[in-house]
Amino acid sequence: MNIYVLVKRTFDTEEKIVISGGKIQEDGAEFIINPYDEYAIEEAIQVRDAKGGKVTVVTIGGEDAEKQLRTALAMGADEAVLINTEDDLDELDQSTAAYILAEYLKDKEVDLILAGNVAIDGGTGQIGPRVADLLDINYVTTITDLEIDGTNVKIVRDIEGDSEVIETKLPLLVTAQQGLNEPRYPSLPGIMKAKKKPLEELELDDLDIDEDDLELKIETVEVYLPKQKAAGRILEGDLGQQVKELIQLLHSEAKVI
Amino acid sequence: MSKKVLVLGEVREGVIRNVSYEAIAAAKQIADGGEIIGLLLGDSVASLASNLIAFGADRVVTVEHPHLKSYTSDGYSQAILAVCDQEKPEAIVIGHTSLGKDLSPKISSRLKSGLISDVTEIEGSGDSALFIRPIYSGKAFEKVKIKDGIVFITIRPNNIAPLEKDAGRTGSVESLSVEITNLRTIIKEVVRKTTEGVDLSEAKVVVAGGRGVKSSEGFEPLQELAKLLGGAVGASRGACDADYCDYSLQIGQTGKVVTPDLYIAAGISGAIQHLAGMSNSKVIVAINKDPEANIFKVADYGIVGDLFEVIPLMIEEIKALKVGS
Repeated sequence: MNIYVLVKRTFDTEEKIVISGGKIQEDGAEFIINPYDEYAIEEAIQVRDAKGGKVTVVTIGGEDAEKQLRTALAMGADEAVLINTEDDLDELDQSTAAYILAEYLKDKEVDLILAGNVAIDGGTGQIGPRVADLLDINYVTTITDLEIDGTNVKIVRDIEGDSEVIETKLPLLVTAQQGLNEPRYPSLPGIMKAKKKPLEELELDDLDIDEDDLELKIETVEVYLPKQKAAGRILEGDLGQQVKELIQLLHSEAKVI
Repeated sequence: MSKKVLVLGEVREGVIRNVSYEAIAAAKQIADGGEIIGLLLGDSVASLASNLIAFGADRVVTVEHPHLKSYTSDGYSQAILAVCDQEKPEAIVIGHTSLGKDLSPKISSRLKSGLISDVTEIEGSGDSALFIRPIYSGKAFEKVKIKDGIVFITIRPNNIAPLEKDAGRTGSVESLSVEITNLRTIIKEVVRKTTEGVDLSEAKVVVAGGRGVKSSEGFEPLQELAKLLGGAVGASRGACDADYCDYSLQIGQTGKVVTPDLYIAAGISGAIQHLAGMSNSKVIVAINKDPEANIFKVADYGIVGDLFEVIPLMIEEIKALKVGS
């Protein structure tokens, strides 16, 4: 099986967001593999271990993203590809990112592509379906179970808490939802091995990219932090009174019940 | 300039979802006087068309086909692209639901358009409309616009108020016949796991439990309270990791992001990842034994106490309130 995983380097979920000069400050922030992409990597490794083949992790970004790719290799991926756009592009949007990934993937004879269902930074969830559409392969989003038998695929996907059982075929792109698996931590031997695994770096010139298609469709006008809430009210008195007061407040002041 | 806007009426179990009415209100703002076309897809949906009109659609197009009975990205995209081909909309609005998230990128890819996902607010109208959406799971917001071409957005449930229902409004309903072929996905079965039909992302009230709930049985009073308030139950990652409940209930930076009118956090400490998923709720109530718990920093009202004492008392008080009103 020829398996690809699309990964993104994102802010650690612990990070607070700081804006200066109209942009989100990245200096000093900790970065991680987007948590949903970790499920995708883990699933790819499990599929490869069961069916044979190769897992390649792919990301778009700058040099810094090498760290996350090495982590994926340490988890057990076989190869990594960094499509380095640092020198060529200031910004990406979902259509340009998907286009670049699809241009990379189009002649790779993929059997299975996995990605996270959403990145916790941009939060659009568009990349997976867009890449699948550009490659003209089927896709299934927010999966929680994957069974492959030959080219037949049985999937359980999460639809707002309910589960949908689906049958489809390879080649296929799936996006991972929480509950798909328990992503492993890289082991020490894994980390040592990862240092020697191939990590290929490509630039846009290496791909068959039409510059006109890198025109951004979306423009960001402003980035800002949510309004700070005024301090809330901690109720006092005996518990019975507190609850009575709370319900009155929710009813008369907040008018939510 | 006014715009012709297409709005997908999402049908779930024979009913149009609320978010679709919210989408009509969003469409109205983008349309700036232009026409709003409601779209219904399914095997038998024409009878629902009057609802879209009552909530502000000027007319409705339906595509009925046995292959549209259940949602598939192949079936729905064929139908929507055929409608786009006929109607040439200048904007499209869809709910940012499970279906909307799955479908909209494919349609956008086909139309070679931009797509602004998960919009919570619209500023301005017509060509100058700006769209506000949370990033970093609500730790920040961005204001964006489509540079040119079709204005395609998905809207987050519960954030844009629907227009007032006007049952007297009239509009034409026409059906378009579309050939739906080559579905690559077969849906074998849908297993309902959610309780009582109130969807977490659309719920007006969410009662969420954390590690303090201590067990899956511990969620029972929370369920009772949620049911009484017509709301849904959610959970923190801690509660899901401890196996007290299903991951589908998880609220936070991984998991769902919710913005109900009332969020009741019971036994949740309030890790930054959890706050990202709920801190934009309109009113937040925190119940926690630890007065130093982080959750109190975002709460409008806090009670320092044991949730197993507080929640039953709340249930009693609310019942009394309902009898009194």
